[in-house]
Amino acid sequence: MSITVTMPQLGESVTEGTIGTWLVQPGQQVERYDSLVEVITDKVTAEVPSPAAGTVGEILATEGQRLSVGEPICTLEGSAEEVTTEPEPSALPESAAEADEVGEGEGEAAAAAVEVTAPAEVESSVEKTVVVATDEPKSDANGSSGFISPAVRALAEEHSIDLAQVQGTGFQGRITKRDVLLFLEGGAAAPAKAPAAAKEEPGPRPAPAEPARPGDKIPLSPMRRSIAEHMVRSLRTSPHAWTMVEVDMSGVAAARAGRRAEFLAATGTELTFLHFGMKSTCLALRAVPTMNAVFEEDAIVLRSEINLGLAVAIGDGLIVPVVRNADRYSVAGLAQAASALIERARQGKARLEDVEGGTFTLNNAGALGTVTSQAIINQPQAGILVMDAVVRRPVVVGDAIAIRPIMNLCLSFDHRINDGAAAARFLGAVKSTLEAVTADTALF
Amino acid sequence: MALTESPPVGAAGLTRDRLREMYRYMLLGRLLDQRVLVLNRQGRAPFAISGQGHEAAQVGVGYALRRDYDWIVPYYRDITLVLVMGMEPRDQLMAALAKAGDPNSGARQMPSHFSSREHNIVSGGSPVATQILHAVGVAQAFKYRREDRVVVVTVGEGGTSEGDWHEGLNWAAIHRLPVVFLVENNAFAISVPQSLQMAVEHVTERAAGYGMPGVSVDGGDVLAVYRAAVEAVERARTGGGPTLLEAECVRLQSHSSDDDQRRYRAAEDLDSMRLHDPLERFRADLESSSILADGDADQIRLECQRLIDTAQEEADQAPVPDPATALLHVYGDD
Amino acid sequence: MPEITYVEAVQTTLRDEMRRDDRVVVMGEDVGVKGGVFGATAGLFQEFGGERVIDSPLAEASIVGVAIGMALAGLRPVAEIQFLDFIPPAMDQLISEAAKIRYRSNNGWSCPMVVRAPCGGGVHVHGALYHSQMLEALFAHVPGLKVVLPSTPYDAKGLLLSALRDPDPVCFFEHKGLYRSMRQDVPEEEYLVPIGKGQVVRPGRDISCFTYGATVHEAVAAAEKLAADKIEVEVVDLRTVRPLDRELIVESARRTGKVLVAHEANLAGGVGAEAAALVAEECFDALDGPVMRIGGPEIPAIPFAESLAEVYCLGPEKIERKLRELAAY
Repeated sequence: MSITVTMPQLGESVTEGTIGTWLVQPGQQVERYDSLVEVITDKVTAEVPSPAAGTVGEILATEGQRLSVGEPICTLEGSAEEVTTEPEPSALPESAAEADEVGEGEGEAAAAAVEVTAPAEVESSVEKTVVVATDEPKSDANGSSGFISPAVRALAEEHSIDLAQVQGTGFQGRITKRDVLLFLEGGAAAPAKAPAAAKEEPGPRPAPAEPARPGDKIPLSPMRRSIAEHMVRSLRTSPHAWTMVEVDMSGVAAARAGRRAEFLAATGTELTFLHFGMKSTCLALRAVPTMNAVFEEDAIVLRSEINLGLAVAIGDGLIVPVVRNADRYSVAGLAQAASALIERARQGKARLEDVEGGTFTLNNAGALGTVTSQAIINQPQAGILVMDAVVRRPVVVGDAIAIRPIMNLCLSFDHRINDGAAAARFLGAVKSTLEAVTADTALF
Repeated sequence: MALTESPPVGAAGLTRDRLREMYRYMLLGRLLDQRVLVLNRQGRAPFAISGQGHEAAQVGVGYALRRDYDWIVPYYRDITLVLVMGMEPRDQLMAALAKAGDPNSGARQMPSHFSSREHNIVSGGSPVATQILHAVGVAQAFKYRREDRVVVVTVGEGGTSEGDWHEGLNWAAIHRLPVVFLVENNAFAISVPQSLQMAVEHVTERAAGYGMPGVSVDGGDVLAVYRAAVEAVERARTGGGPTLLEAECVRLQSHSSDDDQRRYRAAEDLDSMRLHDPLERFRADLESSSILADGDADQIRLECQRLIDTAQEEADQAPVPDPATALLHVYGDD
Repeated sequence: MPEITYVEAVQTTLRDEMRRDDRVVVMGEDVGVKGGVFGATAGLFQEFGGERVIDSPLAEASIVGVAIGMALAGLRPVAEIQFLDFIPPAMDQLISEAAKIRYRSNNGWSCPMVVRAPCGGGVHVHGALYHSQMLEALFAHVPGLKVVLPSTPYDAKGLLLSALRDPDPVCFFEHKGLYRSMRQDVPEEEYLVPIGKGQVVRPGRDISCFTYGATVHEAVAAAEKLAADKIEVEVVDLRTVRPLDRELIVESARRTGKVLVAHEANLAGGVGAEAAALVAEECFDALDGPVMRIGGPEIPAIPFAESLAEVYCLGPEKIERKLRELAAY
């Protein structure tokens, strides 16, 4: 059989060589490794050894000729042995093809791929929105530079926001992410923090477009998703313990009954059990400051303010507007502050500062009729207090049985921060101030 | 071929069998070296760097050590020394052909970057003389752990100009460490002759300057090297500290496959060098003292050739490294 | 829990680990009898002797090269370079050798060692050009090395322990300005801070500020100023610059949408460039502003005169200005 001998690569970065002196002639017998020809490169002059034993066949390159690496220089005939060649690279496993990104695993590459597709979809839908907007003269009045950052684009798409409606406060009047977030707080479907699964006094609830039927899948709204995430995280973060006391609300009932009409006339606000509950809670938080605290890695930080959050139902979820420095208000003040907040929340006009900075949460679940509730703490707080339904029950007074309006006060607390004794002290404080209310108690 | 006991101290008291063994190693190293060069000229081994002419020095030193007990920190010409210390011809053919089974580096490094954890052969890189400091550190560890091990580190005479060389000898002498520094002086650092590398005639003239004994020997005389090495190793092993050994060798081949020494060395120089081939010299000595009989040398050559051919077949068939492994072993927690 | 300084955290950790593991050996200029020019190795020579605490010749390549040899032979050396400014002679050993030994021997050999060096300067450190440099970027570029810069005594202990037990070479750079100025409660018992993990030292919603070393404290001070104007800056102490905590960087950047990377080292080609590129690549769709960096200017290092040093040094005011610029975008 015939073999073609080619120009070898003689040295790093060498790409060609010049034929020097032929050391063999056609017809000459050669052994394997015998020198065939001298080759000159700019690095070395070397002799090319025969790859096999055989007879020199045809000389294919002349002395002085320049050839590239791999070009034929002569043939070898009748070689008895097989020339050993490199094995086929089929020895490589399939996985070689998959090892692509330097240092990153497939997971990350896949994740990157997912990220890439999303913005494309976002872009097309937001563009539609923006195109519609520019038809209206209103958009020019914004004075926006028109630059929509990726974050703004993503938010707008997620919440189906018409950016023309958003006031831009950023560089050259552009709409910033914060502008969009603020717009959201004041707009529909606020992505609020949400604690316990209970509501304020039943207000008009927006009816769902189509009632879901058994077997249907209800897609998660951003708020529901946010609530879900918060609940799971809250339980995972705080070891929840629960305790309750019964409160005789007859004094509060009397106070309310007697002063309701006058209060409404004076302030335009309805006086409710909640307002008394808020006052008592604030007093109790002052008495037991560890119930108004945050758990940090190696300290329990007592909050310097008492910012009381109230759970409000909106849409298919919750929002918790906060009365800042609630302990500085009288019952009347709390009533007015709470009302304003709740009104804004119900109308979807809650501002960012309305929901920030809460240090403790109060939930008036009683309106729904439940008698005990185990709420989930609104992180990163130390506890959440639920006022359940006021129910007329037979109780022992002295040696006789009387009928009194009894309310259960249910406290879920973070057992890392407080033990049962502190929890009981706190509840006891709320209970005692509520039970001390009479028809003559000052409201203002 | 067990080399686990220390050879007799002082005299060349080597047995007949031992001497034949030493010759065999020199020949095996030479033939292996030649084969790698041929593979390069065939275009199959992209790079080759020869140790031809250094066989006597390497075998002489290797035989003064305890295999698998003492350590060596070699440089790129030590193809024969690593055979003496336990590596196989197959290992270097795998490296030359860049196969996955290369035990030195898995074909991550160029050939002749020797490494074997099993045989205490420390992995080296390409920067010259960095290994000097590593050997000093190894010796420091031996001393710290009160072990009677010795480490030999080798380098060419060019490497003795590097800062790491001077720093290493200084440190070793300060702490009387069990390290032997072997300079395989073949008079050329690529094309730069010794006269442009140093102002002294022998590297060992500096030994006193560092604070250690220095011994220059004819690197073509395997027994002379052996005797000097035995003394140096003993000194190290018994707490006497380091020695600077210089073995004057001939560089029969160019610096590497990318170099052609005929372009800068006089023809007479190259011709006279071939007259000082240590392999030929030792064979003649052994034949004249009847340790090798007529035809023995040819027989040994045949055996070595067969060994190399078999090793090459294995290397030829072996797979190349899997690209999927390219990113492995940057860190220990890969 | 005792309150100790940053340098005491280094010293006690070395001491405790040397008691626990007799493979740990310390070497460097003046580390023995003198206890180190900053006292980082005080008492070690007296307790463990000259075989384990070696006063080396004035030769940085040797300090690292001999340490490599010791690591190859199974010890756990801790090499000290007296000032990070003097590490260039040892870079061949660190970059060509230590970083590559495992890879080049196909996992045959490994090099578990720690190279410690005081780094950094400040207006009142008076280190001038050759006792103030921050050179971590040069090593952050090299696969095979790990590079950490703790910013507190607590982290110094935890990270040093992690480094001492790491199977690969770790560059452990200590900001000299923090050595005695920072005191903190540091537990006496053993704990590890993982290499490669950053930490949110101040959570925030509006801007992510990625930083490390002494600059962390300047960034926190700047963040406090912005908080008064209701701009919440999240300060992230990277702690390790190789490998960067990519997960944390990306998570924080995606959450806030605005990023500032701050470091004392020269801006051009610094670690901030790598972090910024990472953010740009992985967080583009969540960004609400350009990815910004702040670092040392285009002069070699911090000059001696205070009036000149102030030009180089960042400080809370410069960082605050940059943060406000980003916040307003």
